[in-house]
Amino acid sequence: MRFGIVSFPGSNCDTDAYHAVADALGEEAVMLWHKSHDLAGVDVVILPGGFAYGDYLRAGAIARFSPIMREVVAYAQRGGRVLAICNGFQIACEAGLLPGAFVRNVSQSFICEPVPLRVETTETAFTNAYARGQVVRIPIAHGEGRYVASPAELDALEDAERVVFRYVNAAGEPTADGNPNGAARNIAGIINAAGNVLGIMPHPERAVDATVGGVDGLALFESLVARVAA
Amino acid sequence: MTTRSTTVVPRPGDPSITPALVAEHGLTPEEYARLVAMLGREPTFTELGIVSALWNEHCSYKHSRPLLRTLPTTAPYVLQGPGENAGVIAVGDGLAVAFKIESHNHPSAVEPYQGAATGVGGILRDVFTMGARPIATLDSLRFGSLDSARVRYLFAGVVRGVGDYGNCVGIPTVAGEVVFDPAYTGNPLVNAMCVGVMREDELIRARAEGIGNPIIAVGARTGRDGIHGASFASEDLSAASDAKRPRVQVGDPFTEKLLLEASLELIRSGHIVAIQDMGAAGLTSSSAEMAARGDVGVTIDVTRVPVREVGMTPYEILLSESQERMLVVARRGREDDVRAILEKWDLTAAVVGEVIAEPVYRVTEGDRVVAEFPGSRLVTDCPTYTPAAREDPAIRAARERDVSTVPPKPEERDPAWTLETLLASPTIASKAWVTRQYDTSVRTSTVVGPGAGDAAVVRLRGSHRALGLKTDGNGRYAYLDPRTGGRIAVAEAARNVACVGARPMAITNCLNFGNPTRPEVYHQLREVIAGIGEACRALGTPVTGGNVSLYNESPSGSVYPTPVIGMVGLVETLDHVTRSAFPADAAAAIVLLGSPTAELGGSEYLAHIHALVAGAPPACDLARERGVIDALLSAIRAGVVRSAHDASDGGLAVALAECCIGDREHMVGAAVDLSAWETLPLRALLFGEAQGRVLVATSEPAAVIQAARERGVPARQIGTTDPGGRDLRISVGTTHVRARLDRLADRYYGAIPRIMAGSPAIIRAQEEPTAAGSLV
Repeated sequence: MRFGIVSFPGSNCDTDAYHAVADALGEEAVMLWHKSHDLAGVDVVILPGGFAYGDYLRAGAIARFSPIMREVVAYAQRGGRVLAICNGFQIACEAGLLPGAFVRNVSQSFICEPVPLRVETTETAFTNAYARGQVVRIPIAHGEGRYVASPAELDALEDAERVVFRYVNAAGEPTADGNPNGAARNIAGIINAAGNVLGIMPHPERAVDATVGGVDGLALFESLVARVAA
Repeated sequence: MTTRSTTVVPRPGDPSITPALVAEHGLTPEEYARLVAMLGREPTFTELGIVSALWNEHCSYKHSRPLLRTLPTTAPYVLQGPGENAGVIAVGDGLAVAFKIESHNHPSAVEPYQGAATGVGGILRDVFTMGARPIATLDSLRFGSLDSARVRYLFAGVVRGVGDYGNCVGIPTVAGEVVFDPAYTGNPLVNAMCVGVMREDELIRARAEGIGNPIIAVGARTGRDGIHGASFASEDLSAASDAKRPRVQVGDPFTEKLLLEASLELIRSGHIVAIQDMGAAGLTSSSAEMAARGDVGVTIDVTRVPVREVGMTPYEILLSESQERMLVVARRGREDDVRAILEKWDLTAAVVGEVIAEPVYRVTEGDRVVAEFPGSRLVTDCPTYTPAAREDPAIRAARERDVSTVPPKPEERDPAWTLETLLASPTIASKAWVTRQYDTSVRTSTVVGPGAGDAAVVRLRGSHRALGLKTDGNGRYAYLDPRTGGRIAVAEAARNVACVGARPMAITNCLNFGNPTRPEVYHQLREVIAGIGEACRALGTPVTGGNVSLYNESPSGSVYPTPVIGMVGLVETLDHVTRSAFPADAAAAIVLLGSPTAELGGSEYLAHIHALVAGAPPACDLARERGVIDALLSAIRAGVVRSAHDASDGGLAVALAECCIGDREHMVGAAVDLSAWETLPLRALLFGEAQGRVLVATSEPAAVIQAARERGVPARQIGTTDPGGRDLRISVGTTHVRARLDRLADRYYGAIPRIMAGSPAIIRAQEEPTAAGSLV
């Protein structure tokens, strides 16, 4: 199975995603250059974390105009699977692949730490290897990670079980003290209506190796392999 | 640009050279006479600017070079010692590590965010211009007391600046230290270290060579920012310093990230022979230094340098410190290949000059020669100074004061109070408020991050090895006794690196001092460097480079002489990685390597509880230090060490507490008996900072003790851990101290967040007890 990882200028988690796929998961990984129009026949596109174009404007606002994004959007519209992580999630929202937007963390500062997340649904191609309600520990690293959307959009996400990951406290409850950035309804990850584009603000690619941060992110990648292989 | 005889005449519109203008450029009359003798004529305004930039302290090390030459710099694994952009050592498996530390103190004092950010940017460039990919940064910060609103502003701004820059480029900030002391109120210290990795054969040096090879400026365009930044860094801070804010550069980490990728691609491509950051003193120093190293001539045409605005003079183009720029010497005929790589990364490249056979450093503005210096004398002729040295009698008196007679405070009757108070000292307290703002896990190689061990551990991909990394340096010790302070800075860094399972390999140093023309300061500089040299020789850790930051003075006086040591150690296999918190899964024996003493001088206890900086700092027995490190590494390799933590700031009791509460989600109790040292004064036993001590948790205490004794190091089991326990209990004869872990953790983890949130209820022993709820 072939994963394609997009390198935007300013992406800095692209090599981490590469190693997660190639080393931890043992699947094929190829890098996709932002100026290219060729998705290289991949089965999954990863939009990685970083600061595309420096994010001096709104995060992701410029990256959505990259040549490769035209292909990624078309690919997603055909049902192709897209995993959008952190800055990739911001880019996916800017590109209209996912609803909502991101603003600065409530603390007004960058936050990097492992946080507990609850898996809200396993009925997706990205989470079928988790258990529903399972609490996993995955690092966050962002300054603009606070997810916002209109009440109607949020309700629609909830009603369709499209909130996939939620920030929770140590007891596994989505409380204010378990919300590191002030995200609406503790939302850490959502999926599009068609179920082929997942956005996740924490970094599952940083949690695939027990030596450096645990392995709770590995099941996300394994879910994709299981689904595509099936 | 062919060889020709030239005449240099003043450029129309440039100011004429007057004694006042010379003085404004920081040159003494003697230095100016030296310049005139070198040229055989009066300099032009452009030439005066060039010399001012290269002969200032920051670029020339004129007050420190003779002293730095005394440091050991060699070992079989040192591939590059001092004199390049960064030092390089071989670490096995064909891999090499480049590393360097540098200060950005003056810019950070007037503009903390950009000052700190550009400090990180500069040190990243120093490492990737060696051909190494940066894999980690460390930050060593010193501020005044957080009681001051201005200091809180500086602290918050510096932390945010460090974080935003490194986070954006995607280099994890993995370790460092933050110390608070009134000595740094007017002049904070911001030292940044970068560590990079490459294959040994990818090493490249900044040495211009190959007659006819083109010199290419790449990266950002040149603007008017930061002109004379290096000169600014070479004078005392004053009330007028704020007016020099335009000399502080503005960082662009996005361009830095592109420049990093483009530079590494250029180096790997074989199209270039040399590359150097246009850092301090910009185009001037990068071109002159590359020429001097290669012993060749160069000519630069400033009209070919891409600029941000029209009307820039040669003087401004040469001295601009605009960030994120590189100067490259390419192979002749490869200009288009170089340009193609830069274009791939959306960066510009412009040929601005050429390597020439004629032994001159020449700058032209089109056809007009605006500056010309013979050979490499611009760099090599810089004067060096050995000023008078004399110890300040007031400091000597402070050191010789008998601190054992300082009357204890009434509250100290319960040592648990003292312990809690010390844990809330911002210097000792958890720095999670800081490190949480840094991306510590990007690159997915951080095995031990901030707070989890005595040093950071970063793995080397494609190898079973890892690096142990730490910065250390106690300015208070160096103030009271500079020789000992220099020794301890190295010894403590080495001990910390050993505590995570790494063999100390080599250091980079950043020497932060006051005005060296004052005999008291030069004495400190000389003695600290001597102490560093002694420790480096004893511990087998050569110096591969570093930075000297002088003139760290403000109207409130000089900073403590503060040597910061950046240590690189090698973890042979990831199995050896050791953390500092007591293990939570099973009870373990606690063994103390080394032994307590009656020493109390220079301690955090005296500074924080008694607001007293006095007494001799603890003695540093380098043979003992080496024995402790060897014993510890031997025990770690034998697989019998569960955790290791050195006892330093705050002494043995603080170290024990840190082991108990170090993993906040899995705190571990402990019961310790120190009756073997019952004859020592209790507060020296608990809070004295005797050197050469490490707390080890082990399931096999006999093996650990044996490893120590074989190396002449005293060792003793002092207690056991209690994974289910809620207290740290310490017995000394009939004295029994019981400290609740939840209270210790509250003080330790809550201290800095409370201060920065402006919250009340900060325990501060120096202050009179006040009505409940009053603000501090």
